[in-house]
Amino acid sequence: MSITPIDRLEFIRITAAATSVRKDTKSGVSVAPSASVTRALALRVNGEAVRLDVDTRVTLLDALREQLQLFGTKKGCDHGQCGACTVHVNGRRVLSCLTLAVMHDDDDIITVEGLERNGVLHPVQEAFIEHDAFQCGYCTAGQIMSAAALLNEPCGPSDDDVREQMSGNLCRCGAYPNIVAAIQSARGRA
Amino acid sequence: MAEKAPGVLAVIHHGNAPTLYRPDNDFMSASKPGEARVVFEDDRVHYSGQYVAIIVAETLEQARYAAELVQVSYAVEDPTIETDAALDSAYLPDEFFGEKLTTTRGDPDVALSRAAVTHAATYTTPIEHHNPIEPSASVAVWNGDELTLYETTQWVAGARKTVAQTLGMPEEKIHIVSPFIGGGFGCKGFVWPHSILSAVAAKRVNRPVKLNLTRKHMFSACGHRSETKQYVQLGAERNGRLVAIDHDTVVQTSMVDEFVEACGNTSRFLYSCPNVRVRHRAVRVNVATPTPMRAPGENPGLFALESALDELAYLLNMDPVELRIVNHADVNEQARRPWSSKYLKECYRMGAERFGWAKRAPQPGSMRDGNVLVGWGMATATYPGIRSPGAAKVRLLQDGHVDVVSATQDMGGGTYTTMAQIAADVMGIAIERIRTVLGDSLLPPAPVSGGSMTTASILPATRKAAQDALSKLRHLAATMPASPFTNRRPDDIVAEGGRVFPKGAHPSSGLPYEDVLKRTNQTEIEGEGYTEPGPERDKYAFQSFGAQFVEVRVDPEIAKVQISRVVSAFDVGKIVNAKTARSQGYSGVVMGVGVALMEHTVYDSRDGSIITSNLADYAIPVNADTRSIDILFVDKPDPFIDSDGLGARGLGEITVTGVAPAVANAVYHATGRRIRDLPITPDKLL
Ligand code: FES
Ligand code: FES
Repeated sequence: MSITPIDRLEFIRITAAATSVRKDTKSGVSVAPSASVTRALALRVNGEAVRLDVDTRVTLLDALREQLQLFGTKKGCDHGQCGACTVHVNGRRVLSCLTLAVMHDDDDIITVEGLERNGVLHPVQEAFIEHDAFQCGYCTAGQIMSAAALLNEPCGPSDDDVREQMSGNLCRCGAYPNIVAAIQSARGRA
Repeated sequence: MAEKAPGVLAVIHHGNAPTLYRPDNDFMSASKPGEARVVFEDDRVHYSGQYVAIIVAETLEQARYAAELVQVSYAVEDPTIETDAALDSAYLPDEFFGEKLTTTRGDPDVALSRAAVTHAATYTTPIEHHNPIEPSASVAVWNGDELTLYETTQWVAGARKTVAQTLGMPEEKIHIVSPFIGGGFGCKGFVWPHSILSAVAAKRVNRPVKLNLTRKHMFSACGHRSETKQYVQLGAERNGRLVAIDHDTVVQTSMVDEFVEACGNTSRFLYSCPNVRVRHRAVRVNVATPTPMRAPGENPGLFALESALDELAYLLNMDPVELRIVNHADVNEQARRPWSSKYLKECYRMGAERFGWAKRAPQPGSMRDGNVLVGWGMATATYPGIRSPGAAKVRLLQDGHVDVVSATQDMGGGTYTTMAQIAADVMGIAIERIRTVLGDSLLPPAPVSGGSMTTASILPATRKAAQDALSKLRHLAATMPASPFTNRRPDDIVAEGGRVFPKGAHPSSGLPYEDVLKRTNQTEIEGEGYTEPGPERDKYAFQSFGAQFVEVRVDPEIAKVQISRVVSAFDVGKIVNAKTARSQGYSGVVMGVGVALMEHTVYDSRDGSIITSNLADYAIPVNADTRSIDILFVDKPDPFIDSDGLGARGLGEITVTGVAPAVANAVYHATGRRIRDLPITPDKLL
């Protein structure tokens, strides 16, 4: 058969979303949000001014991925339990799945795409590559954003201090030993 | 109501779904659904979390809102959730993936009754979920009567066949793309309903549809590891020699398919023993269908066997490593074949030495650090050395780049890297010039990324393809007029180290690979490689081995177990890439920490719903749960695994297999408390 290549942005435009309904025996009254309300929003993403019209129910994570096509930030749980969606908001690490986009009018957002400077990787990114600090790579953007923020946070010198402060970022591939080594070497450099 | 909600394009359910067909349910023929029942096949709900409808809308928020409006009415029945509640109806499944599930060698009953020392106990392991950080997802794009599915699958070839049969379409009309997988560990091996649903939905609304599973879905929609109950009896002589092993397992399977966690299979050959009985029974419960999860069978099976061996070592007053060496299996006594290669004793030695095992005081509770109880435990690790047919192509391009392609997948284990490495080695060029393309059903066929078989299946094919490309290059050079190769036969031409040159001449007298292409006006040269296992499989038993040593520190006040040190030594044949191999070692050990101390999916037995279907209630290891981990490899090639002299077996699964029993044995050593029921949570130690 022939493959029809389809441009990614075009694809996003025409794709519909599906949600499954599942038999969940814990029934109860559902408190569904009422139908959509849209708000205009102005913020900076990776240094650039961005204007967005967002459904007020949209999380910052979904706005970044679905509206701004910044696919580096990942969704692992949508519940603030895995850290895959970590971004920087006004210089601090934040779980983007746990905050609504509409709350970020005028904020400064940095995602993993915005970490490098003029084509030069951030020291944490360099160190992750050097130390093989990922396997599948799905948690990696979140790990790197947490680690980059950690460089500016109060954090003791030991490996155990780093382990503690990186424990909000789950890695099911178990790259933890390499993640700690990478961060320690980046701290040495930064 | 849902149909009229804003943005809704379709609501699809049992009543209006298109006709779907049950595909062949046969791993060996590469058609393998996650469960035999086809989604929306009937109007019965067999387990909590089963799909009853799918909503397609313009946006995720609209779809989610509409899903809340769907009303489903049920005639309620009482579910069967617990193994014990179904024990009366336990049955004996015959075979699983070609393996007999119930076998007897010798006479274990007589041997047990006469044994000088015996031990018998029941060990249990809970339902566990894979929980890769990337949830499964499927994007369906129809182009006329052709379907492209962008998948998160560990097996593009299996997905193509299974989806084709389910939709009643010819395989050639289905294209599966899965270039990267955010971890899988087994839950992305077979085709689960969401892949069918996205295809059905896209057809219905006549545009591409994206379907992402939520984390909650990941607990019911793509498999889990079955709960197991294992009754193990051991009989030994005073000197430690095993005379009987009886390993009797009960597992759960679902109402809609059969999957057996084959816990006892390893017990038939891991140690030398004349009398061995292994039995597996299954019970049907109202839970979704189990599926392979990293070392299916071995992982829970070794928890039971290796815990039991530790208990036997205490009964015999013998060192646990010594007990295992006394019972070393020099051949595979079940298959009655020699091992292709086996360095298990070397693993015990390397691991014990690095760990400092000789300093262990055997008495439980005798090693303390202030108030903290310190325990040292160990276990044997093992996993089969599986190999499947596989194919790859190596394309040399005019610009000097090399494409290495295969329909294998990389879920994080390093397949991209090792394939490029092998091709670079053979071609003698820098790895930066190699581009690896994987995870596309249009590429040369390859097996599932599971069963630790990728390295042994795909790397020999890659090597062959690279060699074939060089051979074709030599033939091409021989046709070049007015060149250093004029009047040379291909055999008198050498292609190595990035250059083609006449045999016996200095490489500098020849041409770079790409110049041969340019000067003959060829855009590319394509080498093909296909390799498959051969008669060696009937002559030898292929198995990887290891030894895992664990130190735990237990705070007696709060019964908290900290795994402070793990040393693992593995014999997995030749190590292809030391860096990715070590990372795989870390990976298995970290997952083993979860198996040992935290992972447990809890169901409400009243209605079958999952209580822990999120990553806060289903705890997996975080960074602070893992401290010092050492990974050692014997690194000796397996002379028979492939005929190409690579000698590498896979190592994705063995790395997890001995961790949980080693932890349990260390916890006993620290506290004198024998925990036979995973996970070892504080409540069990208080
Ligand atoms: S996706 Fe945000 S924490 Fe998991
Ligand atoms: S690298 Fe796979 S989850 Fe972290």
